[in-house]
Amino acid sequence: MTGDRVLRPGRIEPEALAAVWVREWTVFRYYWRTRTFAAVVEPVIMLVAFGIGFGRLVSHVAGIPYIQFVGTGAVATAVLFSAVFSAMFDSLYKRRYQRVYDAMLSTPVDVDELVTGEILFLGTRAGLYGVAPLLVAFCFGLPPQPAMVLVPFVGVLTGIGFAGLGMLFSAMATTFDDLSYVISGVITPLFLVAGTFFPLSRLPDWLRTFAVLNPLYHCVELVRHCAFGLHPGADLVHVAVLVAFAVVVWRLAVWRTRTRLVD
Amino acid sequence: MSSYPTPNRLLTPDAPADVALSMRGVMKRFGAVQAVNGLDLDVPTGACYGLLGPNGAGKSTAMRILTGQAIADAGRIEVLGYELPAQSKLARARMGVVPQDSNLDIDLCVRDVLYVFARLYRVPAGSRSEAVQRALALSGLAARADDRAVTLSGGMQRRLLIARALIHEPELVLLDEPTVGLDPQVRQELWSLIVSLRERGATVLMSTHYIEEAERLADRVAIVSAGRVVAEGTPAELIAAHAGREVVEVTGSAAELAQLRASADAAGLPTRQSGPALTYLHADRYDGEVPAGARRGASLEDVFVSLTGDYVE
Repeated sequence: MTGDRVLRPGRIEPEALAAVWVREWTVFRYYWRTRTFAAVVEPVIMLVAFGIGFGRLVSHVAGIPYIQFVGTGAVATAVLFSAVFSAMFDSLYKRRYQRVYDAMLSTPVDVDELVTGEILFLGTRAGLYGVAPLLVAFCFGLPPQPAMVLVPFVGVLTGIGFAGLGMLFSAMATTFDDLSYVISGVITPLFLVAGTFFPLSRLPDWLRTFAVLNPLYHCVELVRHCAFGLHPGADLVHVAVLVAFAVVVWRLAVWRTRTRLVD
Repeated sequence: MSSYPTPNRLLTPDAPADVALSMRGVMKRFGAVQAVNGLDLDVPTGACYGLLGPNGAGKSTAMRILTGQAIADAGRIEVLGYELPAQSKLARARMGVVPQDSNLDIDLCVRDVLYVFARLYRVPAGSRSEAVQRALALSGLAARADDRAVTLSGGMQRRLLIARALIHEPELVLLDEPTVGLDPQVRQELWSLIVSLRERGATVLMSTHYIEEAERLADRVAIVSAGRVVAEGTPAELIAAHAGREVVEVTGSAAELAQLRASADAAGLPTRQSGPALTYLHADRYDGEVPAGARRGASLEDVFVSLTGDYVE
């Protein structure tokens, strides 16, 4: 391992980030249809299945019609899946099989710029995709609120964090198979215990503690507050947790990726 | 690129003044393997310099060290006046790298591949489309500009890799085994492309294990074995010093050759094994002592094999 012998950390240059971003955007122009289809259709199906199916059994949760409860919670799910899966699978492919990262590092782009640029792009894209379930929920009677304009920002912030987590896992993995552990062991629990489908208040204490440590839970809360009324004090804490999560996984992702790409 | 500081000339004190890159005592180990073992190299500005060595000699590792993608354990490295690894990014802005294995964005069209790299290499906005056009013309890919890279033949993909590395008109071009695995026609096309680089004034450092390639293209050659330079000079100098003017090749059975070799060693005659033959080097110098055989002019191959030995990766 070469973690102790890293390059002298230089400045992160905006030109380098822009170039990484342009590469991602150029590739995205070829794939936007399939990517957008997957990112939008999946939460819609989930919303319809849970909202309508389960909604027959449960009419209201925490005073909110169940489909609107799930519709707002599904924003977080959409952001999570879009950010974390792209960051895990695409970046492992680019690093190990296509070796595009090697090509980029032979230009004036350093590992920290590469990772940061990738995370910012994937996070932003995921955040914007995250709005889709909200739009669907409008069709199921969710009343639009002015504070909902904040939802894309919440989505982007959450997306940046989970793109960082995905890049970190990708840098720890050697093969695509390794990522199965992450999906079953990390992503699925994060996704289920975030207050998306059921309120955490009914959970046993230990599980509730786990949920509060789950960054996704803080995204779910923020989105619901945008839809049903902000709680400024609590919401600042939620934002702070998401920011802290994003910063920590970003640094870890840079560190792990460097040990993979620089011998 | 004007925002970059000007390079500090001569960070490596004993390097000649007009070198594009120099390496001094460079070491790099991967686990139990000492891939680079005290490598010293000076590539003069404007030269086409060949790094010739068998597979596994450390050529690719040396190339990765020059791009900052491998960090040397010891030694000093200076590229275009910048000290590595600290100033690697500044050096990379002024050099182009052609890797041994394709690492193209193969799903993008040729034009987009070049455009993306124009951004990565910081070509100013106003000159990007001109740079892409120039690279397309140089690589002869203008007609395929809108085709996806994955649809190109192997030779065209290699040309695209080269075009991509030249998009910012670098002063130094690193080519790692530029023609490995290509058929002879494509190889010759690439050779003309490499020659044209030099004519534009770029310094070229090319690693290869094809002797003919080094002989045809390189002004100077360093023969690398087991991670260090074992001989250095112009091809003519190397041949004169290590193989002489003429050599004699004697064919025979393995047993006969072993016997011949033993007696040559005893008599102090320099030889090299070349498959089913034994080649007597410096045959002109040892007239009368060398047995009868096919006499021919000495070549760089004689030097290469005699210096890198029977070493097989």
